[in-house]
Amino acid sequence: MGSEQTEGARQLLLQTYRSMRRIRRFEERTADLIEAGEIKTPCHLYIGQEAIAAGVCAALGRDDYIWGGHRSHGHYLAKGGGLAAMMAELYGKATGCSGGRGGSMHLVAPEVGLLGTVPLVAATIPLAVGAALASKLRNDGRVSVSFFGDGATEEGHFHESLNLAALYRLPVIFVCENNFYSSHLHLLERRAEDNIVESGRAHGVPAARLDGNDALAVHQATAEAVARARRGDGPTLLECRTYRWRGHVGPAWDMDVGVRRKDELKEWQSRDPVAQGRQRLLDGGYPEAELEQTDRGIEEEIEQAVEFARTSPYPDEASLLDFVYASGTGGP
Amino acid sequence: MRTLTYAQAIREAHALLLENDPRVFLIGQGLRSPWYAGGSLEGLDSEFGPERVMDSPVSENATTGAAVGAAIAGMRPIVFHPRMDFMLLALDPIINQAANWSYMFAGQVSVPLVIRAVVNRGGEQGAQHAQAMQALFMHLPGLKVVMPSTPHDAKGLLIAAVADGNPVLYIDDRWLYDEVGPVAEEMYTVPIGTAAVRKEGADVTIVATSYMAVEAMKAVAVLAERGIDAEMIDLRSIKPWDHELIFDSVRKTGRLVISDAAWKTAGVAAEIAASVSTELFDALKAPIQRVTLPDAPAPVSAALERAYYITAGDIVTAAERAVGV
Ligand SMILES: Cc1ncc(C[n+]2csc(CCOP(=O)(O)OP(=O)(O)O)c2C)c(N)n1
Ligand SMILES: [Mg+2]
Repeated sequence: MGSEQTEGARQLLLQTYRSMRRIRRFEERTADLIEAGEIKTPCHLYIGQEAIAAGVCAALGRDDYIWGGHRSHGHYLAKGGGLAAMMAELYGKATGCSGGRGGSMHLVAPEVGLLGTVPLVAATIPLAVGAALASKLRNDGRVSVSFFGDGATEEGHFHESLNLAALYRLPVIFVCENNFYSSHLHLLERRAEDNIVESGRAHGVPAARLDGNDALAVHQATAEAVARARRGDGPTLLECRTYRWRGHVGPAWDMDVGVRRKDELKEWQSRDPVAQGRQRLLDGGYPEAELEQTDRGIEEEIEQAVEFARTSPYPDEASLLDFVYASGTGGP
Repeated sequence: MRTLTYAQAIREAHALLLENDPRVFLIGQGLRSPWYAGGSLEGLDSEFGPERVMDSPVSENATTGAAVGAAIAGMRPIVFHPRMDFMLLALDPIINQAANWSYMFAGQVSVPLVIRAVVNRGGEQGAQHAQAMQALFMHLPGLKVVMPSTPHDAKGLLIAAVADGNPVLYIDDRWLYDEVGPVAEEMYTVPIGTAAVRKEGADVTIVATSYMAVEAMKAVAVLAERGIDAEMIDLRSIKPWDHELIFDSVRKTGRLVISDAAWKTAGVAAEIAASVSTELFDALKAPIQRVTLPDAPAPVSAALERAYYITAGDIVTAAERAVGV
């Protein structure tokens, strides 16, 4: 390996580690703030799945689009959405990324290509296809990424969207975060076979099953999908297998939904994506002191965000009817 | 009489229906999850088995379509949508199919189906976890719509809906789940299309739907202290609605306030107001008042939620305006 390559690999390791660690700490802090009663909007925490957002977004440019769902704090942060603006949104403050209208489940950061996350399962999959269609019609080289869960693949939206994207060879990447649960139901209580990845082949979309706890593997597969999309060769489906550590919603550890989850959780916690990223850096000789510096920087950023959220004003009652209709002529 | 909560009454109706009619089955998301169903379906899956209580994949369109098909084929399905917002993914089977089926085939085949949708809002959840769209469904020929507000009616209207032989949209509201009231133990029905007078009065008629009936009763008490004798009618059946009972009341009071916790434009309140002004123009002593949500999606921030949702105080203000104080 040449030294340039080594430097590039190290940069990627560092970038994905920092991204994962930021998400992890943001979510842990949020969990505490929910328990303290400061945050009341329902939060679906991303803890355990950080490698997917971090790995995918590290392969994207600022102008590329991403779309998400109810569990999208990680997507927002990894794509470059402002951390303080999201914290303020969780507090329902006017300074939040959605002006206090959206809360945890409706995040937006148009300046970095995040055009919206919404909690209606699978809703943004066809929208991601539409953004890719816009990119194709404009020939602007942008790629559109749709993040969704295993549960979303049970909706018609998913299957119709794959077909459409394949037919029109659209620059879209379908990232399925298969954490094996949709709320209280395990994957095999909802489908006859553990075969989400095969939906890709059935619709003519190249598909791969990945270790979703390995940021580098996710990054590598995404980079290939991005290259294919930018070449005009159409969509890709990535099934990233992972696990959410906390409950479906809220900060609880979710050990109460049966023995199976308890055992599974232990197993998956031993494959902590953030710890893995950190270990890789240390194994490559990255100085621990610098990592600690990075971690401290993240802590400071989060504490400043909490302070910002706490001291920001609530939206004015008189603004209740603002934004029902857009004031401009449309587009980000 | 024995009392139950609203959620328990819904659960009991389901249990009796499953016990007494082998054609009845349940399908939908969250049937075994208190997060989705509150206590309203508790333990039914273990009592009646997963063949008849099917906690489904995230597939509203397919589960609802399948329920329509099973109903046409002679079963009595109850399809459950833990939030009305999610049910919107199933509009084709509900609107194009279920609502039109009997008419399209000259009544030779029909759709004895109950679609249960829960309104579950507030708590900083936002626009897609809040919508109460009864007006949208009231608009459709071929579909019936009920919205019980008491434990007694929650049980009786569900049993009536299953017995009806037509597609019935049964809408319950999570804000009602802890309401307590007397509920008879046996199977009984509350006839679809009938409203209920909850309190008689002479000065002003207040018609309320679903949870607003609870707020309206609080308003009635406040109005009584201020010397206004309000009559309170719980609409409970949105389509068909009880024209006669409401007309009789307005003939008596000459004043009407309608409260429906949904958007104002083209809403349930608008429909009732239009009918009353057409039929009873001469009996009215004051303009009809509507107490509804503003025409805006539900916000998240508690600061905006407070301004958005309507309460007894808004009904009191509207009633005073109608009476002219
Ligand atoms: C259309 C729709 N149906 C149902 C729901 C209820 N719901 C919210 S989150 C969720 C679980 C989805 O599971 P998955 O897609 O695997 O995402 P995860 O929660 O595991 O991240 C469900 C069913 C919803 N929000 N929208
Ligand atoms: Mg999942």
